[in-house]
Amino acid sequence: MSLSENEVRRVARLSRLAVTAAELPQLQQDLSRILDLAAQLQAIDTTGVTPLAHPSGAGAPLRNDHVTEVDRRQAFQAVAPQTERGLYLVPKVIE
Amino acid sequence: MTQWEVVIGLETHAQLSTESKIFSGASTAFGAEPNTQACAVDLGLPGVLPVINRGAVERAIRFGLAVGAEVAPRSVFARKNYFYPDLPKGYQISQFELPVVVGGGLTIQTSQGEKHVRLTRAHLEEDAGKSLHEDFHGLSGVDLNRAGTPLLEIVTEPDMRSAEEAVAYARALHGLVRWIEICDGNMQEGSFRCDVNVSVRPMGQPEFGTRCEIKNLNSFRFIERAIECEVKRQIELIEDGGTVVQQTRLYDPDRDETRSMRSKEDAMDYRYFPDPDLPPLLVGADWVARVAAGLPELPVARRTRFADALGLSAYDAALLTASREAADYFEAVLAAAPGVDAKLVANWVNGDLAAALKRGDLDIAHSQVSNAQLAGLLVRLADGTVSGKMAKEIFEILWSEGGDADAIIDARGMRQISDSGELQAVLQQLIDENPAQVAEYRGGKEKVFGFFVGKAMKATAGKANPAQLNELLRALLAG
Amino acid sequence: MSLQPLLDGGLRPLVQALARRSVSATEVAQAYLDRIAVANPLLNALITVDPAATLREAALADTRLASASTTPGSGSAAAALAGVPIVHKDIFCAEGWRTTCGSRMLDNFIAPYDAGVIERFKAAGATTLARANMDEFAMGSSNEHSWYGPVRNPWDLQRVPGGSSGGSAACVAAGLAPAATGTDTGGSIRQPAAWCGVSGIKPTYGRVSRYGMIAYASSLDQGGAFARSADDLALLLDVMSGHDVRDSTSVAREDAPFSASVGRDVRGLRVGIPREWFGTGLSAGVGAAVKAALAQLQALGCELVDVSLPASSHAIPAYYVIAPAEASSNLSRFDGVRFGHRTADYHDLNELYERSRAEGFGAEVKRRILIGSYVLSHGYYDAYYLQAQKVRRLIANDFALAFESCDLIAGPVTPESAFMLGSNSSDPTSMYLADIYTIPVNLAGLPALSVPAGFDAGLPVGLQLVGPWWQEGRLLQVADAYQRSTDWHLQRPAALKGEGA
Repeated sequence: MSLSENEVRRVARLSRLAVTAAELPQLQQDLSRILDLAAQLQAIDTTGVTPLAHPSGAGAPLRNDHVTEVDRRQAFQAVAPQTERGLYLVPKVIE
Repeated sequence: MTQWEVVIGLETHAQLSTESKIFSGASTAFGAEPNTQACAVDLGLPGVLPVINRGAVERAIRFGLAVGAEVAPRSVFARKNYFYPDLPKGYQISQFELPVVVGGGLTIQTSQGEKHVRLTRAHLEEDAGKSLHEDFHGLSGVDLNRAGTPLLEIVTEPDMRSAEEAVAYARALHGLVRWIEICDGNMQEGSFRCDVNVSVRPMGQPEFGTRCEIKNLNSFRFIERAIECEVKRQIELIEDGGTVVQQTRLYDPDRDETRSMRSKEDAMDYRYFPDPDLPPLLVGADWVARVAAGLPELPVARRTRFADALGLSAYDAALLTASREAADYFEAVLAAAPGVDAKLVANWVNGDLAAALKRGDLDIAHSQVSNAQLAGLLVRLADGTVSGKMAKEIFEILWSEGGDADAIIDARGMRQISDSGELQAVLQQLIDENPAQVAEYRGGKEKVFGFFVGKAMKATAGKANPAQLNELLRALLAG
Repeated sequence: MSLQPLLDGGLRPLVQALARRSVSATEVAQAYLDRIAVANPLLNALITVDPAATLREAALADTRLASASTTPGSGSAAAALAGVPIVHKDIFCAEGWRTTCGSRMLDNFIAPYDAGVIERFKAAGATTLARANMDEFAMGSSNEHSWYGPVRNPWDLQRVPGGSSGGSAACVAAGLAPAATGTDTGGSIRQPAAWCGVSGIKPTYGRVSRYGMIAYASSLDQGGAFARSADDLALLLDVMSGHDVRDSTSVAREDAPFSASVGRDVRGLRVGIPREWFGTGLSAGVGAAVKAALAQLQALGCELVDVSLPASSHAIPAYYVIAPAEASSNLSRFDGVRFGHRTADYHDLNELYERSRAEGFGAEVKRRILIGSYVLSHGYYDAYYLQAQKVRRLIANDFALAFESCDLIAGPVTPESAFMLGSNSSDPTSMYLADIYTIPVNLAGLPALSVPAGFDAGLPVGLQLVGPWWQEGRLLQVADAYQRSTDWHLQRPAALKGEGA
């Protein structure tokens, strides 16, 4: 299960991870090895088996519709890289 | 020349009218200072986890029941993964494969008559925040107050065939979500937003054309314009030998055109998978039954009752059930005006009152004439105290000055003359004064009848009961 | 009373001495801080040591202990760990403490809230001794994948302590803390506990709140603890566990206190031995130690029964699909916008995202994010992610079937003992094999623990006990009985002797 350089670039783009050309060959080799491991799954007969996404099998608890949170903007923005007038700043967003 | 058929489907995001967010206890109130209503969960800070708001689920159940859909006993929240500054976690929690509401439909009224629009599904999800583009030294500011506000995304089948139908559907849906009190419907604040999928195909072709999605339309007018612009664009493109490319577009009301969204140009691969932080949402039959018991009479049922039991036209019944407030107002007038014909009440609510509301840009809940005031007026109209013309005058007074109909009638002497002796005297005098016209009438010139009516109204300052006047005059002229 | 023996004597004597006020919380904290000052430069087991903050907490604890001792009967039950200093894995958000998760991404992150686990330790009167090193975002089985450098094994400084909670395990093994918290996603408590010769428990999924515990793979992560004995683990678990309404996977239960499970007879308990866990992969040294431990259980009156877990051999591939898939999504929030590392070099939004994340994450984290994105992406979802979830079901079913014929399962924690630093660096997947006996347990959501069970060429070996859902009490009962009849858990690493510890 070998991964092409283009596939590595595609998932890097999906994952928003910058990958340099120098890193690419090693990454391609490492990811291919992990996928080789993962590909062993395909030999297993799982006909009729229900996927297990949540280990407990219980339903989600529900909370009542009450406001419980107070304004903690100052504390939360103390760890932010860049804010102004209460807003998080990012490079211009294009719609 | 090819005849084109337009195919439209809508995806509507209705913000649910909960106090707190869908997965956190932060307030959903509109208009707060930026990021003061974004708690750790809404901000996606490390380690925090979502917990489902019962109020949001209950509203979804209400909707499902109201559109005759199946409320899924088990539905699953998934993660829709993509990066965007207004999406703090890098994924949106949304129902994907297993939504909470499946199927159902909505009946709409158009100029072509009634039509049923099928719903595919309605699912719960969280809203994103907002990026503000006004200048922060060339940067964007991100406000996450809206992040985590509960949304019900309501998806139709591609059942609509014109902008008119799409708008009729959007209006009917807007009326319904407000009717069952799950969404405030405030379109300016973005509480009710539509994405419209539009494609065209040659008339008779079974396959759908390639569709484009126009996002975030927040007025009925924009829905109509966006569809018309997009249909025109697609038809021109095809007729010029081009092909429609599936894409996401925005409607620009200033230019009255749609344009491609640059941020959506990447082929999106959302990598949906079940959210491991949220076990499946289980909705028991007992819960659904309790919600059903608490539902108000729904628009369709009320429309049918208005038509069948009260004898209203389908048109009037539809207008009166466009909103719960209108229907309530109508029924309150009817209850306070015993003996008054429902059709008369409907005519007034859909006629003079609707016109006055439109002039004042008001909704019926803020009408300047209350249901009790209108009932008082219609009682006097029905019992002959005032004429239709007088009633309109009194309505205007009620609208602008307030008060009640009886007081206005007394104060202004607007009681119509229904005393046959008094009217007979007036008419006799007119006949005596106008022998030539009497002769003309008796010679067969029926039109002269109007001459006498005019004279009589003038002589009574318009207070003559028109029906009585006609009857007496005819008798007197007949000799 | 001399302080030094108390530091190594387990939690209960320490709690009693503090409650009697024969020692102060400040003295205890200072004594451990002194040990840390000497040993941590060798072990690199801790990321953040803040003596001033710890001593402030200790002084506060002393005030409370003083008022509790003058008002008899008050506070004793609520403050089960009054004045006891605890090392926390640097994955639990603690208000005012830097919480790095072993990552450059969070090097500057001061948590603005407490994790549910931290709240419970605070409510029990415990103080924060320091923040433990770990594999970045809990991804690793050797603790070589930390932005803050590898942790060294106290038994052999050239070897790894295991991971990802390697710092926590090494601290307890080296006597730098009486107990430490950890998290276990695929073995991250049991494996370092085994390799460092301490006791460690991974509770049932849902037993301990995940709120404020930075997520790696949400459907597998579970908080737990390290200590010197099963008896101490019972005390810690009584403090840590309980329903948290902020975690939708947390479960409300009314189980008896775990402390009531220890000191009880184990005769008649049926111990299942999975035949697949004693195959060719198991090294001779580890196998011999584990078999001796099983014989000891038999000597204590347990009945050994043969069980089979055929699908558990597929656990590693299933895990390396599911865990990276969840991780790829969980780690998307680290984008340089609201907190965490932001690159200095960007011109547009895309560069901000891609470079902040490329600079903030280490190699192993990147590999798992990329694999996760791949297995969830269009065209691969069914073949990888969905198939892995089906295999997960098969694995869970195997355990359920096995527990029809036994009360608990026993076996090795790892196929081999601790490996040399750097020996698995050429192929990332070679490290993954260290978790072959621990991963199936996480996939099934079951409780499990590791207790010291002898040595393999001077390196500690762990015995793993796995229970049915919610049966931590039974595991602690058996582990405690084992420790009452053996002294493996009392052995101390020679490597640090003479270092002042």
